Amino acid sequence: MSGATAQAETLPRPAFRPRLGSALLSRGLVTTYLSIMVLIPIVALILKSFEGGLAGFWDAVTQPQSLEALRVTVFIALIVTVINCIVGTAIAWVLVRDEFPGKRLLNSLIDLPFALPTIVAGITLLALYGNDSPIGIDIAYTSTAVAMALLFVTLPFVVRAVQPTLIELDQDMEEAAASLGASSMTIFRKIVLPNLRPAILAGAALAFARAIGEFGSLVLLAGNTQIASIYIFAKIESGDTEGAAAVSVVLLVAAVVILLAIGRFARRGLPV
Amino acid sequence: MGIKVEHVSKDFEDFKALDDISLEVPDGSLTALLGPSGSGKSTLLRLIAGLEHADGGKVYLDGRDVTEMSVQERGIGFVFQHYAAFKHMTVRDNIAFGLAIRKTPKDKIRSRVKELIRLVQLNGMAHRYPSQLSGGQRQRMALARALAAEPKLLLLDEPFGALDAKVRKELREWLRKLHDEVHVTTIFVTHDQEEAMDVAEQIVVMNEGRIEQVGEPKELYEHPKTEFVMSFVGEVNRFGDALIRPHDLDLALFKSDGAEEAMIERVSHLGFEVRVELSMANGDHAWAQVTRAQAEELELEEGQIIFARPSRAKVFENGDGPPTAPTDELQVA
Repeated sequence: MSGATAQAETLPRPAFRPRLGSALLSRGLVTTYLSIMVLIPIVALILKSFEGGLAGFWDAVTQPQSLEALRVTVFIALIVTVINCIVGTAIAWVLVRDEFPGKRLLNSLIDLPFALPTIVAGITLLALYGNDSPIGIDIAYTSTAVAMALLFVTLPFVVRAVQPTLIELDQDMEEAAASLGASSMTIFRKIVLPNLRPAILAGAALAFARAIGEFGSLVLLAGNTQIASIYIFAKIESGDTEGAAAVSVVLLVAAVVILLAIGRFARRGLPV
Repeated sequence: MGIKVEHVSKDFEDFKALDDISLEVPDGSLTALLGPSGSGKSTLLRLIAGLEHADGGKVYLDGRDVTEMSVQERGIGFVFQHYAAFKHMTVRDNIAFGLAIRKTPKDKIRSRVKELIRLVQLNGMAHRYPSQLSGGQRQRMALARALAAEPKLLLLDEPFGALDAKVRKELREWLRKLHDEVHVTTIFVTHDQEEAMDVAEQIVVMNEGRIEQVGEPKELYEHPKTEFVMSFVGEVNRFGDALIRPHDLDLALFKSDGAEEAMIERVSHLGFEVRVELSMANGDHAWAQVTRAQAEELELEEGQIIFARPSRAKVFENGDGPPTAPTDELQVA
């Protein structure tokens, strides 16, 4: 081909963006809203946590029970998130790629954990897997029960994040890979998964954030398992609001660090 | 790789995509599957590739029955209309994919990719992502990817369909040159008769899941076996039962034997070619294709009365039934 070809094939231009002078207004609106809803409460929380000074903060956080609660909470939330990534992606796959009777019903069932008051989920799980379990599984008041409850309330996140991406995924890519000799497993690993990764991780971030702060479904189930949200609640009940705030701040920082890491991983190696 | 397709049929629910197709494609040839949308041409291509499974019939590649063989095992290269670029990989990794999954040594992959990037003229773009390429560049990348593992058969499904006219013309010229260089048996699907005639050595004209005619471009144009072929591979006017190509309609200022009176409705100057739209005396509409020189000589203008005489016409028996041979090639001259 001649040199003229290269010139004729111009790169796609960036989309035209109307400038209506609204940038300042919308930016102001967003900033104000986020300040009122998010920023100011967090600042208030941080201030509260330091009411007893740096020493008071350190004291509250380094109590063995606090450390244990934070450790267990983050650990279980991470496990739940990993399971969600795998199972959530599988469910999304089945809902998008397979045809079977009852698919629409199943699809609407996915959102049920969102609709149910979480304490109801807790009671249900307790009745099912508690002392007098009808199916003979007694895991009440253990970390397994906590993980089960968290899996239930965070189920929709990964599924709902992956579904639209999977629908949009160009299946020609998979056929192209097959024509080049790739097995189904290779196609999934090298073609499908990398394209779903941002969506899976976006869902994972939401699921993790929800899991780390979950209270309602755990309050009856957790028993002796130290869970941060319940521990914080106990502190407030006993009048130690500064201590509650201090543990909350650490939980918040841990969440932000992990969410940033997930976001970074989601974008890694993607075209600019 | 020579290809033989025997009595292949394929239904999509109640739609007959392929209806008892038999076809042979010689080794090393460049063949076009030409037909309107829904004619089954893409289905036939995908069946040869192994991307679709036939309901009946056999497919042979190099004399070997591959009907039950998966696409992975057939060792073909396939190019898609919408590129099917691996969006999350660079140009380099796209092209290297077929080699990388075969565990080819790294230095071998590197030299092969380099060679292909030169071949498809994407020099300096190895580290770009598909989203940073133009449509023509993406399709050339897809071609390089399909050629990387040295397939014996290259299949292209409307490869230039998503590109604009200018790039399309350049790419098809380039495909023909590539075929001269690489000599891989190539089949491409198109609905554009000009593209098929320009690029292919052999054209398979398809309609409603059947093959209408197989032949060289010139043969199809000069000796179409069916009315469908005649009207699909070129423009036609219909005069009663007869089909006449617009360039076979001679215009004259005076009446002669076999000439019909017509009024000029419109004259379009398209450069060398001038299109003259006519309203015949019996109310039919037709158009004639004349050269610029002829148009000037006759001083053609709208509203003028002129005499149109077909120099060559063709009559096919019963256009509705199964394809039949033309009964007669009228030489009205």
